[in-house]
Amino acid sequence: MIHVTKLVLDVLKPHQPNALDFSCTVAEVGANYRVQLVVVEVDEHTETVRVRIEGDHLDFAAIEKAIAGMGGSLHSIDEVDVCNMAAPQLEE
Amino acid sequence: MGLSRRLVFLLRISESHGIIRRYFVVNGFDGALTMLGIIMGFALAEPTNTDVVISACLGAAIALAVSGVSSAYISEVAERRKRLHELEQAMIRDLTHSAHGEAARWMPLLVGLVNGMSPLLISLLIMLPLWLAKAGLALPVSPLLLAVLIALAIVFLLGVFLGRISGISWLRSGLQTIVIAVATISLVYLFS
Repeated sequence: MIHVTKLVLDVLKPHQPNALDFSCTVAEVGANYRVQLVVVEVDEHTETVRVRIEGDHLDFAAIEKAIAGMGGSLHSIDEVDVCNMAAPQLEE
Repeated sequence: MGLSRRLVFLLRISESHGIIRRYFVVNGFDGALTMLGIIMGFALAEPTNTDVVISACLGAAIALAVSGVSSAYISEVAERRKRLHELEQAMIRDLTHSAHGEAARWMPLLVGLVNGMSPLLISLLIMLPLWLAKAGLALPVSPLLLAVLIALAIVFLLGVFLGRISGISWLRSGLQTIVIAVATISLVYLFS
């Protein structure tokens, strides 16, 4: 089974919600999500941020929806970690 | 996200805390001084039936509430739409369904309600002695005098609130607003 465990996203977002609220909202998308955000560039109304998200099984569609819900635009996916894990319950 | 958390989130992203606080104080002060003026007018005139005083005060309080809700709502809708449009241009995307779009729809209503309810609630509080007198309750002093004292106390508390926000002496700020209220009473006295 394919699991996405890390994503690094380049996102354009309004100044509000701020970095903390933005990261918390992304982290709320799934259990055990770890979010790291770095502000890369600041303009008059917007800022470009690099968001690193790590977790056991990241839901990309839900993350993208959360970012859009806060007014952000996903510009690119810069890094991914994907693994193919066997489901232990099925083997037992 | 729960309703209260969502509301706090929308308040934060739309930076509405300051505006709501300002509207609450400004229109609350407006309500208190309006009631003070009307009650002083009645106190200086020939003795009038309590029902007439209550009707006049209630009419003014309702008018202040309607004016507060509608004026703040209309101006806030225009202001929020303009800001949303500017943000959409910067983001090069439609933000109608984002939190910013949601804030632009709901914040004017919340700001309008605060702007309208603030003078209404303060006016009703000032009118309390009149209601009590009408209900037949024996008051230690005349209901009009008690209403004036409540109005002065509310004006003082609004000043204290402003003082605490701005970080200056609460006593000084409270006394400043009391001076304004006393000036209002003096003007009513002078022209009655």
